[in-house]
Amino acid sequence: MATRSQQSRKHPAGPAMAPGTDNRPHDHGDIPDNGEAARDGFSRRRFLGYLLAAPTLVVAAELSLSSTRSNQADAAIPSAPGPSDLFDLGDLQNLAAAPTSGLISIQVNADGTASFALPRAEVGQGITTSIGMLIAEEMDLPLNKVIVTLADARPELLLNQLTGGSNSIRSMYTPVRVAAATARARLVATAAAKFGVDVSTLKVSGGVITTADGRTATYGSLAVAASSSVVITLPVQLKPQSRFTLVGTSQNRVDALAAVTGKKVFTMDLVVPNALPTMVCRPPSINGTVKSVANIAAVELMPGVTDVVIVSTGVAVRAATFGQCIDAVDALEVTWGAGSEDAQSDATVLAEIRAAQIPLVVPPLNLLAKTVDGDFTFYFRSNSPLETNCAIADVRATSAEIWSSLKSPISAQAAIAQKLGLPQTSVKCHVTTGGGSFGRHLFWDAAIEAAEISQKLKKPVKLMWHRTDDFRHGRTHPLATSRIRATYLAGNVVTFEQRHTSVSTDFSHGLGEAITSVAAQLPVAGNLSFSETVFELTANVPYNFGVTTQLLSEVDMGFHTGSTRNIYSPDVCTSTELMVDKIAKTAGQDPYQFRRAFLKDARSIAVLDKVAQVGNWGRTMPAGTAQGIAFHSEYKGVSACLVEIDCTPATVNRKIRDAFTGPRVTKVVFAVDVGFALNPKGIEAQMLGGIMDGIAQTLTSSLHFKNGIPLEGSWDNYYYTRQWNVPPTIQVIVMPTTTGNPGGAGEFGVAASMAAVATAYGRATGTMPTSFPINHNSPLGFTPLPLEPPLPLEPTNGLTSGN
Amino acid sequence: MSMHTFNVNGQKVTVETDDDVRLLWVLRDLLGIHGPKYGCGLDVCKACTSHINGKSFNPCSVRVADIKPTDQITTIEGLPATVGADLHPMQQAWLDQDVAQCGYCQPGQIMAAVALVKSKNGAPITEADLDGIRNICRCGTYPRIREAIRQGAAKM
Repeated sequence: MATRSQQSRKHPAGPAMAPGTDNRPHDHGDIPDNGEAARDGFSRRRFLGYLLAAPTLVVAAELSLSSTRSNQADAAIPSAPGPSDLFDLGDLQNLAAAPTSGLISIQVNADGTASFALPRAEVGQGITTSIGMLIAEEMDLPLNKVIVTLADARPELLLNQLTGGSNSIRSMYTPVRVAAATARARLVATAAAKFGVDVSTLKVSGGVITTADGRTATYGSLAVAASSSVVITLPVQLKPQSRFTLVGTSQNRVDALAAVTGKKVFTMDLVVPNALPTMVCRPPSINGTVKSVANIAAVELMPGVTDVVIVSTGVAVRAATFGQCIDAVDALEVTWGAGSEDAQSDATVLAEIRAAQIPLVVPPLNLLAKTVDGDFTFYFRSNSPLETNCAIADVRATSAEIWSSLKSPISAQAAIAQKLGLPQTSVKCHVTTGGGSFGRHLFWDAAIEAAEISQKLKKPVKLMWHRTDDFRHGRTHPLATSRIRATYLAGNVVTFEQRHTSVSTDFSHGLGEAITSVAAQLPVAGNLSFSETVFELTANVPYNFGVTTQLLSEVDMGFHTGSTRNIYSPDVCTSTELMVDKIAKTAGQDPYQFRRAFLKDARSIAVLDKVAQVGNWGRTMPAGTAQGIAFHSEYKGVSACLVEIDCTPATVNRKIRDAFTGPRVTKVVFAVDVGFALNPKGIEAQMLGGIMDGIAQTLTSSLHFKNGIPLEGSWDNYYYTRQWNVPPTIQVIVMPTTTGNPGGAGEFGVAASMAAVATAYGRATGTMPTSFPINHNSPLGFTPLPLEPPLPLEPTNGLTSGN
Repeated sequence: MSMHTFNVNGQKVTVETDDDVRLLWVLRDLLGIHGPKYGCGLDVCKACTSHINGKSFNPCSVRVADIKPTDQITTIEGLPATVGADLHPMQQAWLDQDVAQCGYCQPGQIMAAVALVKSKNGAPITEADLDGIRNICRCGTYPRIREAIRQGAAKM
């Protein structure tokens, strides 16, 4: 095991971060960037759209267009803004795309619909709905006439096809609107020519163009006439936000009907000829290897089984049904080589992390200063969605076709091509709709495994991981510690140091390579690892706490890691917010009023005030119950959360079979300001999900590693939030437009809610929690499924077990 | 291999497979009925929840040989027909509340909700009833599920 212990420092007053300095990149090209100033009636920004040569109207825009503006914190007192205040992960993603621009295109069809192949993944976050709304708004077309599908891997987009960091809307907001505005402009011009009238006399509504004297033409009827036989550039202006009628209003999801009727198609619902169910027999500890298999021929003769083959991750079986795959996997007699982490359990990993911790350095400033220390541990958490890792692969001698939910399909395509020994252009990667992601689909573990199996068998395969494998061999959010030391003197926090130490997070999903092209333009010190850069661009202390430093160090180990819905922020924020409570207590101040006094700007105070007011902060609570409050800023947005928790014995010890019950969050009030909410109902949905994650991460859900493998193997072992943990009362408040620029939302609900549950728990019990989830070190609440045979037996009592 | 005959969504089906194959795989892999989802195969996550003779069950945990020729299996695809409409009131409630995020668990959630309401025989849905639902939603749509069930129950 190699220990990597680099560090980076948030200089409190480095020249690149001085307030008032805009060190963001400007848009490339010669188009002046006055962004959304247009909504206020200032000069409207002009963009170039393209008409592409096609038999029907096809318009395009450069994907790298950006409307983001500097979004500086209003630092008035001691702390300078940290890097992420000025330039965050999403800005990096936007910037990384700029030198490698590609076109995105919208096609107008003869039936009056507009179709768009989105170079992002839909995994439940509602991106197809939001993007559809932008197109409908800019084209003046009903939302149900916009068809958004997911684009295959498009290598020419280079790094600009990654869905992560809550960046999709931020990066697509302008390009999509430019393309749609180009379509509208061309259609209107075509109608003007057709009717022999001036463009300015035409009105557009619902995809129908009307002349002053009442003649009409639908978009569909103009689609062919509006097409072009050559590529033409067309300067267009975007509709100002003040004229939006759809964007900014709550809309239901465009895929909702398919979801509730069972017609929504996920990877395993695709019908690819001869792609039979396939599973892999995996080792009893992670990264174990196959030494030998004693009975391949016998297993090949089992009912339904067509093939058995040794692959790099285990032994693959292909059969008529997945049930027969499970039987075959369990029948295999495999001699396994050791895994890479067989000596590792939670305690040994934690010991290595502790050894790598960077010391806290600030000494007490003088005898009057009070030093407040905190030391927090966050255990491994699974990022498994409900849909397990899965992919379909059809690999031929000179080409391959892959279907999988891929959030970084270009990197996946490159990795698969390399594995297969094929040119990247010979590997077609179809992006399918994902059954959740939570970080998991940033990687292509199933896709590359399916490709290897298909190549070895020379047959198409429909590969699915078993649930138990998905927990045990799938990716996990890394175990981490966070240590904080603050000093408090004469009514002020004068120093705040945070040292975050983590098992390394795998960022090999493509964005990592982007950084090399833009490293020189980043407002952080050079020579950082990608992890450290991400940490710099996401972590921040939102309070004026004087000299503030946040350092990350990571320890490389062999665990299969990846971020779980948000990267470092939930852990960093929870540590910070618990310390804020502790400092407030030291200062003899109310947690809400204390935060309010130290928050950096009005937007931040507004969300905090909102939850305090709506949640009736400070109301008298019975013993064993309490309120908690927390704040978090990220993705150009701010959020605050107030919770009430019940830690009374009657609640904590309530019994539900095969369940962890524990403390119950009884009420949540969450306020979020994303700058500009395109679809408030969608934002609310993302916050609700984030709140459920926050509750789970504080109270219930973690993986217990023992001898190189997690003990958890089912949803009754891995305690993600269930209905019995859900707060009976939840209110999400989406704040009115502030910045006018849409911030990220997909992960934004987790950090403040996780922290608020933690602070509430601390106040209800009188003891600040320091280890998460709080039940992790309690006696195990379940009997672990056996490691061998590798897959648990399928139950047979489903007609009598009841539900 | 043997022949197995039963009814799915109002249609008589006959499949040839081993007695031990669980009904979920018969539905998904052999009959191409993809509404019931695989989330664990352990009768825990409830993503495959369907109805047998009007009561909820999990086909991942039933051998196909244990299904009788007279048994009526209803999956999400067949739910609207049980009320003779394009959508069951519970599906409409799901749309009204805009419950689904990724949507993977929602067929099972809806089938469980319908069975729960039926099992109450008209008695009101309580917080304890909602707390007792075991279906996992990893997207965390639980609060909207609770609202949708209350709405759907009122219209069933």
